[in-house]
Amino acid sequence: MAKIELTRNPFIKNAIKSRYPQLAVFIVMLVGYIFAILAGLIGTPVGSHNFSIVFVWIAWWAVLILVAVPFFGRGWCAVCPIPLPGEWLQRGAVLSPPEKRPKWLNLRVPKMFRNIWLQNISFLLLALFSSVLLTTPNITGIVLAVMLFAAIGLSTIFERRAFCRYLCPVGGFIGLYSQTAPIELRIKDKQVCVKCEGKPCYNGSAAGYGCPWDVFPGGLTKNTYCGLCMECIRTCPHDNIAINLRPFSADLAKPSTRMDEAFKAFIMLGSAMIYAGVLLGPWGTLKDAAYGVGTGAWFIYAVVFLAIIFGILPGFFSLGLLKTKSNLPFKQRFASLSTALIPLGLMFWVAFSLSFVLTNASYILAALSDPLGLGWNLFGTANFAWQPMLTTILAPAQTLALVVGLIWSARTAQKSASEAGVSPLPIIFYSFVATSTMLWLLL
Amino acid sequence: MNPRFSLLLFMMAGMVVAFAPLPVPAVAPQARIFRIDARQYAYSASELEVNQGDTVIIRLVSADVVHGLYVDGYDVSVEADPGQSATLTFIADKPGSFRFRCNLTCGAMHPFMIGKLTVGNNNWLFRSIGLAMLAVFGVILSIKQKA
Repeated sequence: MAKIELTRNPFIKNAIKSRYPQLAVFIVMLVGYIFAILAGLIGTPVGSHNFSIVFVWIAWWAVLILVAVPFFGRGWCAVCPIPLPGEWLQRGAVLSPPEKRPKWLNLRVPKMFRNIWLQNISFLLLALFSSVLLTTPNITGIVLAVMLFAAIGLSTIFERRAFCRYLCPVGGFIGLYSQTAPIELRIKDKQVCVKCEGKPCYNGSAAGYGCPWDVFPGGLTKNTYCGLCMECIRTCPHDNIAINLRPFSADLAKPSTRMDEAFKAFIMLGSAMIYAGVLLGPWGTLKDAAYGVGTGAWFIYAVVFLAIIFGILPGFFSLGLLKTKSNLPFKQRFASLSTALIPLGLMFWVAFSLSFVLTNASYILAALSDPLGLGWNLFGTANFAWQPMLTTILAPAQTLALVVGLIWSARTAQKSASEAGVSPLPIIFYSFVATSTMLWLLL
Repeated sequence: MNPRFSLLLFMMAGMVVAFAPLPVPAVAPQARIFRIDARQYAYSASELEVNQGDTVIIRLVSADVVHGLYVDGYDVSVEADPGQSATLTFIADKPGSFRFRCNLTCGAMHPFMIGKLTVGNNNWLFRSIGLAMLAVFGVILSIKQKA
């Protein structure tokens, strides 16, 4: 399938070039985000009746993992409210660049942190406390507030969106999975970028800001670190940047060789499996351990959680690789072939989320009418009874997601293995075992 | 082999794996009685196995707060007050694996207070693993054909 340039459509192009449509969405999102913080802090402690839990962990999560990431890649990052206050402060403006910018420290992020290890750690930190985070409104409120203030703080110290690029726990996995999405921002003609003076897409101009994600669009080959903020489309003086529709997983044809990205794939794959067992499984002891933060059982849970992600999953993967012969160094083979786990992990999350979301979606209507759990009935739906949705199609839908993920992963393994000059069979077998385990956990 | 024909063949094989009727072992239906202790946020016993056609009688005993037990797929439920018990009776006429879960908000981890009822064999799991095997076989075959 050939690429289709969406920005050829004048309506889409104008909507992107103008700052107002994006600002309107930003404001709605920011109001919702601040309300979620407040609801978490002052609303009912009953999670299933509190806006912060219901709208963040059920509604937003459903939209993010079932729609936004698979189909729009970093589409969420394009409208995420978390970096906004910090960015406005950093820029000294809400819309176009001001004549005089405020003098913040504007430091470059130290080289040792210019990778996604911090995002891996921040995700794992949240993951280890997820049973409490997902169910306790004030903890959700605090975490949302901490993310907002961390983004503000980092914007006053470092240049551009340091929080989004290097620390956001959500941005890390969105970036990883955005490689599978059928949408991309790319330049049209490389020679135009080579000859372009001043590189306003990266350095900024009167028309707009330099790339907030610290990416030079002329060198973009993958979606991973492009936040789709659309700033470069506004600043490019040669109209050389486009949003394209493309085949799914186009970026995976160019396997990564970075260990931070490889381990992100294991972290996401392992977390989906652990959540499926702990949160959706019938084992009360596991739930007690995951929820009992600070207890001995929780420490064991945390150690096992980390051992699965950093030991067992990559360990068996490495064993498979050791059976293959290649001229490439082992580390490079490991990172390159772990690309096959990206579609697998994404579909694991889709299958997990289908169960979680369809079972709990009916809370959304009640929370809409009574977001703080104070007895309001704003839209007449406050007393909407809990009812699981579409339970009859849930298991077939989960199977479909997981089998599609397995096929996708096997095809990706074939391409990555071909580039590395090794057999894809061990990786395909690994993906099959992981998929069978996930099927057993969910069905 | 023509790739489109191979794909069609695999899709047909997939339909057979997913939907071909399987023989149901002839076991006389009986009444199966379970006592389930409910506490924040777990059931004990949390995994029940019955044969298709059995009459399932669940005596739900709540140890701490009000708990419910709702069976996915059967759309039946029961509620028990603290220290009290309540009984749910239904005929397990649908085969497969079903989650049962607390349907009364009982605390923070309430949405994850879950158990599992298996009626007959969990055939859908075996069919799903069969589909996964078929998918792997198909991909490997396509790799071999390209090579």
